[in-house]
Amino acid sequence: MIVVEGLWKSYGDRSVLERLNLTIREGEFVTLVGASGCGKTTFLRILLGDERPTKGRLTLDGRPLRPEPGPDRGVVFQRYSVFPHLTVLQNAMLGLEFQSGGPLGRLRGRAWQEARARASALLAEVGLAHVADAWPSALSGGMQQRLALAQALVLEPRLLLLDEPFGALDPGIRIDMHQLISKLWHATGMTVVMVTHDLGEAFKLGTRVLTFDKVRHDRQAPERYGATITYDLRGRARPLLPA
Amino acid sequence: MRLLNRRPGQQFSLILAVLPFLLVGLVYLQASNARLEVNPNDKLLPSPSQMAEAMHRMAFEEDRRTGQYLLWADTAASLQRLAMGVGVAALIGLGVGITIGLVPIASATLGPFVAVVSMVPPLAVLPILFIAFGLGELAKVVLIALGITPFLIRDIAFRVGELPRELLVKAQTLGASTLQIALRVVLPQMLPRLLSGLRLALGPAWLFLIAAEAIASTEGLGYRIFLVRRFLAMDVILPYVAWITLLAFLMDTALAALSRRLYPWAYVR
Ligand SMILES: Nc1ncnc2c1ncn2[C@@H]1O[C@H](COP(=O)(O)OP(=O)(O)OP(=O)(O)O)[C@@H](O)[C@H]1O
Ligand SMILES: [Mg+2]
Repeated sequence: MIVVEGLWKSYGDRSVLERLNLTIREGEFVTLVGASGCGKTTFLRILLGDERPTKGRLTLDGRPLRPEPGPDRGVVFQRYSVFPHLTVLQNAMLGLEFQSGGPLGRLRGRAWQEARARASALLAEVGLAHVADAWPSALSGGMQQRLALAQALVLEPRLLLLDEPFGALDPGIRIDMHQLISKLWHATGMTVVMVTHDLGEAFKLGTRVLTFDKVRHDRQAPERYGATITYDLRGRARPLLPA
Repeated sequence: MRLLNRRPGQQFSLILAVLPFLLVGLVYLQASNARLEVNPNDKLLPSPSQMAEAMHRMAFEEDRRTGQYLLWADTAASLQRLAMGVGVAALIGLGVGITIGLVPIASATLGPFVAVVSMVPPLAVLPILFIAFGLGELAKVVLIALGITPFLIRDIAFRVGELPRELLVKAQTLGASTLQIALRVVLPQMLPRLLSGLRLALGPAWLFLIAAEAIASTEGLGYRIFLVRRFLAMDVILPYVAWITLLAFLMDTALAALSRRLYPWAYVR
């Protein structure tokens, strides 16, 4: 369970987020929508530990969130989510190699084979088994995002953060990706927080849709006040656990 | 059609590429002929046959004093110095560059220092090197290394800084430590960058090599050129310059080919 209490974030004089209160239960699929530049990415980066709140408390299962990214929180960005110098399979294995490959982050022998088997299974699940030895740059945008998902899921994070993961994809491919992410969410039972610009996508995938907007305005200084959660709506996705 | 939209075909490109070389060659031949006609003993612009003769002497006849084939001995000596200097610079450049680029504390400590050191003109410290390391090989290797290391460090550090932040965050969400990120995410992506940095650094590296050889040496391509200058032996100097140019060009081409071969992922698309 993630609890956000009285969170503010500002960069210098510019307020981005203010008075944010939120509780996210285990296994929820939360989608965030809002105007461009209203602070959705900033909020996601705070959840990720890549950015710190100016004020307020953030706890994961009652404990303060670690102030740097770690393996308990997976992430997929809109771009640059996979490593260009590793093949598809190597990308999918990387988390396992970091986890148990010692200071150099390399597995050998049996351990390597086991990791490869796990990564291969995951690649099959996201439909990339046939391109396991390709370089990511040779893949289409949709395939790269599938790889990014597989890579993020190999360590079985309890929280998956997605920042407009399908924003750059064609509509047809997007629908395939919706099926994939729903399937993975059901299979793992993880909590998902996803930023999107597509309202339809937000209601279709989310159990809960949060809208970010400013409630206070200053005509003279539009940057004075930040955004907060204005609506907390039910999405169309069926919750994993009966509430 | 606009000039900027006109593209030469493959054959035409080749002809265009050869043209400037041909032109320079012809101008030289003209000038050389003219001077030799007036004075057959003129040394300033030797004819091709004179140069060929001189090079034959340098390459295929034992030197009476040392018993060596001078061209090859010079080439071996120079290439060895160059390889050692460039090799050391590459290792330091990669290690320090990645550290500065990746670790903010290291960059705060070393960044300004490297920025200042890179402004020291290497040739100005050459006398210090000779005093500190003697007139032997070490001083020359150190000069080359000193001359190009700051550039390589700054180039690599800058490239590391250019890596999308998303990649470093992603690696952290996969549980990677700083060392693991340096070794498995940053280092491999910097290797092709290092090779292209080395291609740019080769020019200065040759400059420092020849400068050091000119001042204190007993063999080497630069040494030879400056030695025979005393006798105005243009028939040796000109082919030596051409030979050095060829070597440098081949190294550049080899580095480019090596990079494509070793790091195909950097060239997809
Ligand atoms: N590191 C930073 N320093 C200063 N300002 C920042 C920084 N990061 C974000 N901002 C500002 O914070 C505001 C919110 O940015 P953010 O990226 O969170 O918006 P967003 O809702 O994700 O927008 P989009 O929908 O376009 O992705 C923007 O005005 C941005 O300029
Ligand atoms: Mg954003």
